[in-house]
Amino acid sequence: MAKLVTAVIKPFKLDDVKSALEVLGVQGLTISEVQGFGRQKGHTEVYRGAEYVVDLVPKVKLEILVADADVTKIVDAIVEAARTGKIGDGKVWVSPVESLVRVRTGEKDADAI
Amino acid sequence: MGDVSPPTNQMMEAPLDGYIAFMLVATALVLMMTVPALALFYGGMTRSKSTLNMMMMSFVAFAIVAIIFPLWGWSEGGWFGTNPGAGNGKLIANPFNLFGLHLESADQYVFVLFQMTFAAITAALISGAIADRIKIASWAIFVVFWVTLVYFPIAHNVWGGGWFYTKFPNLDYAGGTVVHINAGIAGLVLAIITGKRIGFKKDPMKPHNVTLTMIGAGLLWFGWYGFNVGSVVTGVATDDGSNASWLNGQYAKEMPWTFMTTTVATATACILWLITERIVHGKFTSLGAASGIVAGLVAITPSCGAVNFVGSIVVGGVAGIVCSLAVGLKYKFGYDDSLDVVGVHLVGGILGALLIGFVGTAKHSPQGLDNFFPAGGDGIFYGGNATLLGHQAAGVLFTLVWSGVITAILGLIIKYTIGWRVKPEAEVEGIDINEHGETAYELGSSLSSHLVTEGV
Repeated sequence: MAKLVTAVIKPFKLDDVKSALEVLGVQGLTISEVQGFGRQKGHTEVYRGAEYVVDLVPKVKLEILVADADVTKIVDAIVEAARTGKIGDGKVWVSPVESLVRVRTGEKDADAI
Repeated sequence: MGDVSPPTNQMMEAPLDGYIAFMLVATALVLMMTVPALALFYGGMTRSKSTLNMMMMSFVAFAIVAIIFPLWGWSEGGWFGTNPGAGNGKLIANPFNLFGLHLESADQYVFVLFQMTFAAITAALISGAIADRIKIASWAIFVVFWVTLVYFPIAHNVWGGGWFYTKFPNLDYAGGTVVHINAGIAGLVLAIITGKRIGFKKDPMKPHNVTLTMIGAGLLWFGWYGFNVGSVVTGVATDDGSNASWLNGQYAKEMPWTFMTTTVATATACILWLITERIVHGKFTSLGAASGIVAGLVAITPSCGAVNFVGSIVVGGVAGIVCSLAVGLKYKFGYDDSLDVVGVHLVGGILGALLIGFVGTAKHSPQGLDNFFPAGGDGIFYGGNATLLGHQAAGVLFTLVWSGVITAILGLIIKYTIGWRVKPEAEVEGIDINEHGETAYELGSSLSSHLVTEGV
């Protein structure tokens, strides 16, 4: 069966993560630009002396469907590639996938990855 | 700057043609200051949902003034030259003397249009104080009455030899009082009368596109060479060129000088706004650079012909520092001058007018050499007494009172008749879509709208 690996990372780390996943032979992934906050919180902007606190910071969210056997090494690769050691590096989590179909061929579950 | 060399023989032959040619270009440059420079400068500072409305306020103001100025503005302002109202010593000139320019000769048209562009940008400047919340029809009606009851009379009194000038001859080369203090105080009054935007001091109201604002500031600077340098105009051009030698002397003396002072003051204000901002708020901002440029241009507007090189640095420097601090006043006093017309144009205009009383120099400036300085001569730092400063202060006060009072009356009449504000839900959703049926940016998916017009 398959699992869904979701990662929220710093946008500038996207290329590193993508290369690391390509090395592991990952065939596809979905990316969205998202906003949010964690312990990092926001930042401050000043316009003609008026200060604005921007609460939500931009992040990139990756979603990857992987075979059960590959989950650990893929999560490890993402964590290693996305880490800067500073606050705001993001999170990675894994969730079960109930069913999966490739639209073009109708292949199901593990065959559709 | 040293002494200006005398005009060459070649220049003596056709000074009037050269003068007219430059004035045509200068007029087009000042047109560009309103559409699109000011529209861009202001448009970038609004929120994205009200950009088009902000730009439209400048476009509409210009179009309206371009029609009514030749109709009765030129006559009512009684500027100069063959204009019968010129130098009448009264508060106002007869708006019907030259109604529709029916008795005006075509060779004066360039001066009519040059002055028209000034009236138009002054009205358009006010719009920054009341951004994001005004019905466009109310704005259009306001512009008609405001230029008629405020701009034309003040221009007549300061430039056209009206009542005020005969009492207190003061120096306002290109419109520090007539344009900037006038628009600034009108903006303040209207910001108070129309009230705050929904969410003022609570919701984020940061500029949506500082790039547009920087383009606008750059174009304003470029156009300001028409505004300041073109203000050499004193209506002395005659059909037969009989005054050509005097004109030529003025041409050669004044224009390079005002070009220089305008440039140096503006650059100084830009740098000093940035430095002040870095010290007070921690960053050198792009909006600060754009704002500093405009503050410097505003302050050198009245003084560009009355100060020397050092004076222009002082004028620009003071404007850069003081205006960068003055834009914070609205949060302190709670009026919603959305785009800082008060902090930049009112404060900058007052600084420029008053600083002439300190750094104005009759011996080393074109206006001094042409005997435009009131009796008492130089500014205080150049050995003069307080006479010049007093006349300058009187000019500021006259403009503040006339413009402030009449704008308040006009503003209140509109408030209690047709009303100023769009509906609250329209303001929150976005004034562009509600007043104009358009949005500035189509960034969404093409799936979200479809064409309903048939037969296109």
